[in-house]
Amino acid sequence: MAALGPENGPAPTSETLAAGTTQPQAAAVAGSGVIATMNTGLVDAGFWRRFVRRRPMAALILQRLGLSVGLLFAVSLMIFGGVEALPGDFATTYLGQSATPQAVENIRKDLGLDRPVTERYFSWLGHALQGDFGTSWASRNSVSEQIGKRLGNSLFLAFFAALISVPLAICLGMLAVQFRNRLPDKIINVVSLAAISLPEFFVGYILIVFFAVKWGVATFPATVYDSMGFMERLSAIALPVATLVLVVLAHMMRMTRAAILNVMSSAYVETAELKGLGAFRIIARHAAPNAVAPVINVVALNLAYLVVGVVVVEVVFVYPGMGQYMVDAVTVRDMPVVQACGLIFAAFYIFLNMAADILAIMANPRLRHPR
Amino acid sequence: MPDLLTVKNLKIVATSYPPGEPPKTVTLVDNVSFSVEKGKVLGLIGESGAGKSTIGLSALAYGRGGASIVSGEVLLNGKDILKLGRGGIRSVRGCKVCYVAQSAAAAFNPAHRLGEQVIEASLRHGIMSRQDAEKRALYLFRVLGLPNPETFGERYPHQVSGGQLQRAMTAMALCPNPELIVFDEPTTALDVTTQIDVLAAIKHAIEETHTAALYITHDLAVVAQISDDIMVLRHGKMVEYGSTKQIIEAPTQDYTRALVSVRQTKRDEAADQSNKLLNIENVSAGYGNGFKVLHNVTMHLPKGQTLAIVGESGSGKSTLARVITGLLPPSEGRITFDGKQLPPALSGRSKEELRRVQMIYQMADTAMNPRQTVRDIIGRPITFYYGVHGAKKTERVKELLDQIELGDRFLDRYPAELSGGQKQRVAIARALAAKPELILCDEPTSALDPLVAEGILNLLLKLQEETAVSYVFITHDIAIVRAIADSVAVMHRGKLVRFGPKSKVLSPPFDDYTDLLLKSVPEMEIGWLEKVLVTRRMESAGN
Repeated sequence: MAALGPENGPAPTSETLAAGTTQPQAAAVAGSGVIATMNTGLVDAGFWRRFVRRRPMAALILQRLGLSVGLLFAVSLMIFGGVEALPGDFATTYLGQSATPQAVENIRKDLGLDRPVTERYFSWLGHALQGDFGTSWASRNSVSEQIGKRLGNSLFLAFFAALISVPLAICLGMLAVQFRNRLPDKIINVVSLAAISLPEFFVGYILIVFFAVKWGVATFPATVYDSMGFMERLSAIALPVATLVLVVLAHMMRMTRAAILNVMSSAYVETAELKGLGAFRIIARHAAPNAVAPVINVVALNLAYLVVGVVVVEVVFVYPGMGQYMVDAVTVRDMPVVQACGLIFAAFYIFLNMAADILAIMANPRLRHPR
Repeated sequence: MPDLLTVKNLKIVATSYPPGEPPKTVTLVDNVSFSVEKGKVLGLIGESGAGKSTIGLSALAYGRGGASIVSGEVLLNGKDILKLGRGGIRSVRGCKVCYVAQSAAAAFNPAHRLGEQVIEASLRHGIMSRQDAEKRALYLFRVLGLPNPETFGERYPHQVSGGQLQRAMTAMALCPNPELIVFDEPTTALDVTTQIDVLAAIKHAIEETHTAALYITHDLAVVAQISDDIMVLRHGKMVEYGSTKQIIEAPTQDYTRALVSVRQTKRDEAADQSNKLLNIENVSAGYGNGFKVLHNVTMHLPKGQTLAIVGESGSGKSTLARVITGLLPPSEGRITFDGKQLPPALSGRSKEELRRVQMIYQMADTAMNPRQTVRDIIGRPITFYYGVHGAKKTERVKELLDQIELGDRFLDRYPAELSGGQKQRVAIARALAAKPELILCDEPTSALDPLVAEGILNLLLKLQEETAVSYVFITHDIAIVRAIADSVAVMHRGKLVRFGPKSKVLSPPFDDYTDLLLKSVPEMEIGWLEKVLVTRRMESAGN
């Protein structure tokens, strides 16, 4: 697997991680080789085929779970390889221009960098699986401990942004369908498109100027401390949450609108209309359940972005989250921290896409109730 | 007694937006008037594009795909429903007037249980309580002869068969106790043996509930069984309107006469059937997972003759065509063509072997590249098999266009600019271009209107006389088999039930399945349905 990995497994994954727009299927394809070998290797083929026929949904979900695990391994390999391939290392960065070869050598030995790459990879992976990401080279603190706190902050921010943006986007999408091509639809479209078109730091600074500086109704910076109470924290993150909501809203709203509109032209929606049902009941009860799969996918992508891609917003609002932590670590080549952050980000990304896949599978009545 | 529904001078138009041209207004229905009494059934009949569905939907004040009612009145109990507001129209739909769609499979929402959908309109309009609605649904499931009526409502649409869905759709329309039901080709998508059950169920349910109905179909034989009056439509205009008896037995218009007497084509079978061009021996085939579709099928086709393969959906007839073409290699058995065994898979066949067997499909639409002109579509096999280019190729394409009775002016048209019948003719020319010895015709006329289909059949027969080409003709329509076949193979659930010369296969003594199949084909005769049902009941009582 070590030989295969860099060639087929991780390549699309890196793209998925970076762009954040590729469909999750791309990642699934990358890992399919892994799962295929796992299927035949672990369980008897005849048993598996019978299982697929009898419980198609359970089989698909198991398959997705297996895929995710395989994918995560591939990603771990790629992160390690990528970090390894970076020019320069911690020792030279740490010692600066005046480093003597001897001093560099000493630090390397100290950090165990003289050991072969494969040995270091497996020892890192083994520890990481037990939740131990080693010690930061720069601060000599436990990485797990530091990340724990930062991750909590990031999730806190992401959770509230999602809590507001997801229901809002879906409601606005349904509203846009009901008033399609009329004024409310156009307003929703233009406003959300404007919000997504502006860079997030710009939106952030605009919000700061008006809400924090001019009118003084919000706090800035949004830094949170251990000593803060829950309400204090909430008021601190109001502006970054608002920024994030504006950034992710349009994507989800437009996808909801498109998915429902697609279903609206189907024969069963006509049936509902000819039953004399009200417009909103038709959208909510007859169209929406059949538009769930694409909407879930785009929601998952945006949730992943809220956890993984908020570096800029964290920097603008001086918010102590994971993104900022990782960027700081990269600048000083603090490898254990970079690797840990990368792996956690990848895990979130893969987990959310897997959850979306599984939910989409469960939303399909043909799989939920086989003949 | 005042009429329940009166339609006066109805005119319906639709606006289309062809790319690069100014918007065009097309008149779909022009000056149509009729009335339906309480408890009576009016049949609307015509070819596709006659405006039957558009008229039917106007009884619910609904215009499909941009169609709008520009003038006329639709009076329900004396009140014009076109003048009601949105709320008023909603209180008519699904309450006083209900609709049964052609494809129940598409018209049921896949995400909800059947029972919920059946009682939804009754509940939303406040016609009955949930308990009463469920009771009524159960009653209707029984009347319509659905299996396990107590638990039928708990199923999802994908869990029941097409015929059952069509009956469930009828139950859905009957549930709120409407005054009028619009049936829009409710049995067209079904097999004949299923159609007769659904037809009987609908007739029984209408009689039982005293509901009036508009029954839309293109099949005069079907509508003769169920309606009191018939209106014949063509190009959105009324052709003839009268009692069922008068229309069937004494039509006054030429068009109606043509509809009544369609299928005049008849041909006697060839006497000599010994010379085998195509020989299918003990062929079995299936798709992945060991799922077998064909079981040990043996038949043959003499040179220059027609073998009709008849069967219902799922009988394996299209699969057999795929096996002959090599698209699906058989798991057992072999196929000999002109004395030599054909390689089982397409990839193993030589260009010459490919050339000698061509195919025509049911949907000419989807079998042609919409971005190629007729010249390219027909010219492609000429270049591919004979390496002919340029003026010579054009010459040959023109020759073929003449053969299919279309002519030069069609050379540079795109498929979208052709009618359904013209498309099928182009598909035939494409098959002919390879100068094949065998053409596989997979239901080439079942998507066409009867008069157009008749034209295609005559063309195929003419071509056979001219070029001595052989046909394997796959169909579900016994009338076509009678018209064109030399030998007949009856298939059922992947097995060959009966095979031989037409005269033998289609005359008694029959096996059970062929008997059922032949008896299920509607005949243009009032009271045919009752007769069949009575014989059936007697037979089952006798057993």
